[in-house]
Amino acid sequence: MRKGFLVLVAILVLGLALAPCGWTAQKTIKIGINAPITGDIPKVGEGSKYAAEMWLEDINAAGGLEVGGVKYNVEVVVEDNESKPESAAKAATKLITEDEVLAIVGPQASSQAIPAGEMANNYGTPMISPWSTNPDTTKDRPFVFRGCFLDPFQGPVVANFIKEEFGFTKAAVLYDVASDYPKGLAEVFKEAWEKNNGPGSVVAFESFTTKDADFSSQLTNIINSGAQVLFTPQYYNEVALIVQQAHELGWKNPIVGSDSWGSAETVKLCGEDCYGLFFSTHYASAGATGATKAFIERYNKKYGYVPDDVGALTWDALRIVQAAIEGTGGLSGDLKKDREKVKDALAGIKEFAGITGKMTFTPDGDPIKCAVIVRISDKGEFEFFKSVCP
Amino acid sequence: MQLFFQNLINALQWGSFYALIALGYSMVYGILMLFNFAHGDIFMVGAYIGFGVATGLTALAAMGALALPNWVILVLTILISMFLTSFVGMLVERIGYRPLREAPRASAAITGLMIGIILETGNLAILGAQRIRFPSLIKSTTYDLGGVFVTNKKIMIVVVSLVLMLALNEFIRRTRWGMAMRAMAFDYVVIPLMGVPLNTIASLTFALGSGLAAAAGILFAIAYPVLDPYIGIIYGWKAFVAAILGGRGSIKGACLAGFLLGFIEIFVGAYMPSTVRDLIAYSIILLILVFRPHGFFGEPHSAKLRL
Repeated sequence: MRKGFLVLVAILVLGLALAPCGWTAQKTIKIGINAPITGDIPKVGEGSKYAAEMWLEDINAAGGLEVGGVKYNVEVVVEDNESKPESAAKAATKLITEDEVLAIVGPQASSQAIPAGEMANNYGTPMISPWSTNPDTTKDRPFVFRGCFLDPFQGPVVANFIKEEFGFTKAAVLYDVASDYPKGLAEVFKEAWEKNNGPGSVVAFESFTTKDADFSSQLTNIINSGAQVLFTPQYYNEVALIVQQAHELGWKNPIVGSDSWGSAETVKLCGEDCYGLFFSTHYASAGATGATKAFIERYNKKYGYVPDDVGALTWDALRIVQAAIEGTGGLSGDLKKDREKVKDALAGIKEFAGITGKMTFTPDGDPIKCAVIVRISDKGEFEFFKSVCP
Repeated sequence: MQLFFQNLINALQWGSFYALIALGYSMVYGILMLFNFAHGDIFMVGAYIGFGVATGLTALAAMGALALPNWVILVLTILISMFLTSFVGMLVERIGYRPLREAPRASAAITGLMIGIILETGNLAILGAQRIRFPSLIKSTTYDLGGVFVTNKKIMIVVVSLVLMLALNEFIRRTRWGMAMRAMAFDYVVIPLMGVPLNTIASLTFALGSGLAAAAGILFAIAYPVLDPYIGIIYGWKAFVAAILGGRGSIKGACLAGFLLGFIEIFVGAYMPSTVRDLIAYSIILLILVFRPHGFFGEPHSAKLRL
């Protein structure tokens, strides 16, 4: 026991003594990951972390990241935002001020990305959210970018898809009024639907607040309103509850969701109730080709399940950051200036071929890319149904 | 009319959970003058224990070791989990509250909050943050009664809750232990002097309350099969409101107030914008308390209350 302790102390002392030499030998670039490791959507955090691990593997296999002829070590710092807005802002601040990262990837959900984006922008640190589709995340924030399409795009995509596929004219919406993402998307959908089908064609616009488990009074109203389809842009844990309760209350029409459904957990929690339902998302794992397929297979082999869209988008976001850092043409070592440089390089990327599709960037730092409509098959797989481009 | 009956059925189910959880609060509060703020988390622990028992039993049944139909597994799950969770409740009392029995009541209440956090984060540490899907022990069948939809699960939940409430009522009214509990609620300073063992009664109270919370947890998990370590907090708070609304230590009051809470929440949600549901629902309850500060069946506190 005591001997073991002495050995431990010796190792620690040795480590301390050698550490500074290590730093001077090869410079390090730190990339922060701001992800919900615990909290409401831990699977999203896990997917982000795993994608980052795989990315780091590639970098290390290449002996580091080469910027302007100098090789840099890359370190990934994962900070847990507990899936809470205030923790996300705290995590961003910690990554920026204490860990001194060059750029941040994440947070994923809009409710966390919006406050964290404010911090990143105030501190002049480039941040890219792979999954946040709410416009406010990047609006008037030169340092904040994203790797996915926006709600104003996804809303009409879903509204048009339902119109074309089913020809319905009356829709109901059920959403969490206390969460940025569902609230934003619900409103955009309503606008798009009423543009297609006339005012008042969203016959029920019902809401609840985060952590609610019983939706029976809202669903009873929805069923009674004569709606032909239910749109619910919720996260996977709520989707399972909403879909099951709707069926138990006698709802037999389609239920359609958005990209927040695209987690590996959705079907696990929801079971057969979710079979045959549709949602819009960033990519479909079943039937993927090329680099996307390679990524899915590698991820599946390493972690034992097919990655959801968050994993794929985080991978793309990291590669965009990598491209930007490489595109700076050399770092000065002054963190403030380097962050500025990376931001300019990010803003300068015109086109990027990611595994979630080809994207071009607008001056606001938002990509333009295609959305995919996925059908949950009778085996519980996410099946490609159709692609909708802007 | 159809809409009204549908909401009525929804409210009956929703109120059952509040009523069952509120009973545990009310008993502990009535007998030991203690706000057991860990109670909501015992509800959560009960649901998780239920998950473990149900998974174990279905696995045994699948292997052929137990040839049991699903409804027997369900009944066994509820009974075994109630039994196991009552020990969790007794443990909480033994290590969390008993050492603080002479301490100011505020300290004991804070202890409850801390035990709650320990249970939540302990669960998080052991099982991780992943959501758990509760196994569907009974296949959900929906009956259409002239436009009002009822499932077999809903009927089962309401019936089981009512049976448990009646059983508790009988226990407290008809047994010696029940009499001791009622006496203790009357005066917990003098009654122990007459030879009623305070510690045993305290343990019993916690065991009963926790058992009911476990039953509520399992029924809840059957209706809303997605579990996470924090489900206990919000329902714990709301059931606490029901316990106070029902009146200190009143079994009848806790049940009625639990159902009333369910009714108010569901009906406000049904006829008002759902966004303001809790705002309106809890304003109504605040109003009731303003006019009936001791709740429906509570009596004014005796002078011995030390808060």
